[in-house]
Amino acid sequence: MSRQFTPKIVTANALLEGDVVYLTADDRWSRQHCEAELIEDEAHAQLRLIQAEKQRGTIVGAYLADAKAGPHGPEPVHFRESFRTRGPSNYAHGKQERPNV
Amino acid sequence: MYKYSDFDEAFVRTRNAQFRAQVERRIDGSLTEDEFKPLRLMNGLYLQLHAYMLRVAIPYGTVSAVQMRQLALIADKWDKGYGHFTTRQNIQYNWPKLTDVPDMLDALGDVQMHAIQTSGNTIRNVTADHFAGAAADEIEDPRPTAELIRQWSTDHPEFQFLPRKFKIAVTGSPNDRAVTKAHDIGLRIVRGGSGQTGYEVIVGGGLGRTPMVGQVIRPFLKKADLLPYLEAIVSVYNLMGRRDNKYKARIKITVFENGMEAFRDAVEARFAQTRVDFAGVSAKVLTEIEQSFASPAFKAAATDRFDAARKTDPVFRSWTDTNLTPHRAPGYAIVTVSLKAHGQTPGDATSAQMRLLADLAERYGHGELRISHEQNVILPHVHKSDLPALHAALKTEALATANIGLVSDIIACPGMDYCALATARSIPVAQGLATHFSALGLEQEIGKLKIKISGCINACGHHHIGHIGILGLDRAGVENYQITLGGDHTENLVVGDRAGPGFSYDEVIPAIERLLRTYLSVRNDTDETFVETYRRLGSEPFKAALYPAEAERDAA
Repeated sequence: MSRQFTPKIVTANALLEGDVVYLTADDRWSRQHCEAELIEDEAHAQLRLIQAEKQRGTIVGAYLADAKAGPHGPEPVHFRESFRTRGPSNYAHGKQERPNV
Repeated sequence: MYKYSDFDEAFVRTRNAQFRAQVERRIDGSLTEDEFKPLRLMNGLYLQLHAYMLRVAIPYGTVSAVQMRQLALIADKWDKGYGHFTTRQNIQYNWPKLTDVPDMLDALGDVQMHAIQTSGNTIRNVTADHFAGAAADEIEDPRPTAELIRQWSTDHPEFQFLPRKFKIAVTGSPNDRAVTKAHDIGLRIVRGGSGQTGYEVIVGGGLGRTPMVGQVIRPFLKKADLLPYLEAIVSVYNLMGRRDNKYKARIKITVFENGMEAFRDAVEARFAQTRVDFAGVSAKVLTEIEQSFASPAFKAAATDRFDAARKTDPVFRSWTDTNLTPHRAPGYAIVTVSLKAHGQTPGDATSAQMRLLADLAERYGHGELRISHEQNVILPHVHKSDLPALHAALKTEALATANIGLVSDIIACPGMDYCALATARSIPVAQGLATHFSALGLEQEIGKLKIKISGCINACGHHHIGHIGILGLDRAGVENYQITLGGDHTENLVVGDRAGPGFSYDEVIPAIERLLRTYLSVRNDTDETFVETYRRLGSEPFKAALYPAEAERDAA
């Protein structure tokens, strides 16, 4: 019996600022997790990761992260990915910083 | 303080220019990330969870007022107005942009600082006792030795690709504040039979996933033989160390797997050669460096103002009780400025705080500052008559917290709030513990205690050697915190014992409270510290406090 594939998103860091970015279905890099393409097929996930890794002038360190469907788009599953959608917990820096919200 | 020679200056400037060109080639696509990564790491630039991070070396924790002001400027101009002081006496900027890093490195170069070898499989920033040159218990200032090692190890052609990173610490006091036994090489300045000073050389210590207490490889090494002996140790490790498994690549494993005798024999054989090659260069350079670390001109003055302020101002008295250490010069004190105000991030300083510290160092402290591995800032030479004014000034930037050595003076690594390697958060646990015990009003009653928190097994937060250590892990997708007890960070280094199963994020502070309330109820008297009580009674009462359900079941 084949195991259930956990849906994925492609995520990375932006080359110049290091900010967390997500690959969208229309091939943009979004700063918002909810805009990521939720990939439900394992082969498609591998293909999207390869396509992402080729964009080495834009992003660094692309990988597949577990995600699930939510009312406003994909949501992270693991707490590490949740932290990456916001920023650190000790200051309102990163994505949660006012100009970025 | 040591001043760069023309050679040092030219070296740092050339390296910065090279890195600027490397960044440009990365951005224009000539370099891939795989090609660029080792180059950026050689210059202290990491990619973390939310952004890049630049780790700047503060050699042996010594920084001048002028340098501190520049660190503040860098924080304001290219980061978010603060910096994070680390357990290896470095400062980390958490939000630099890749395009700004070459300018940041140039700004560091302007004040004789750099980020070279703060990462990678090289000899890292050499650390030392943060009270060096000031402590009453000191045999000799360890900083000339540390500077000699910095010069020898920087860009050492043979040691740029070691099996793994390599850390050296030096102490000049019998009371070891530099954690020498948890380093790849630890050096303790000791007095030999003839009265001459030399080094006790310790090798193979380390924390991380396989914590080990360093062992003495040489009880006494003549100062003149230091560099050839270090060269011998590192070159033997370079050949003998394992490169097949990252987790077995540190020198502690090399010594453990080969045995100290075989390792020592190999070092001695190599030393016979290196000693000839170095031909006295170590002693000559060391003598020159020592002149850069001459004592400031201490003043002779009355301490009436200090005594009077202690009598009339209880807040000042409390601060002097916890934050001062005896100085070797009469009338002077070593001041530890706490970067652990309750609820703040351990080790973080704002640019305004850095500037104030620089000003105060110039006004009251002979222009010198130190960074401790315990993530505080030291003003090493302050005359007691200046302490009331200093204390009043520190209050203006929330730097007068009287908690050194207490429950809220916690070491914490950046953890999963910043670090890409972390498995759980550390900072909010430290913040929570500090505010919790402050709110309970138990901080003074609990007394001397070292809590150390790491957000992963790599142990940057030194959790193994805390009286109470907390290790954050990822257990099935949930943050989980393991507690170790009875560790010791001093010359009698002890790796603490794991108490039992871990606690969830919400359970960890209540667990520590149960532990400390038990200590308060079972200690002999108020003079017996937590770790002394632990040593006297063993782990049982503390395990029962941590795991009451299990204790009840066992009793039934």
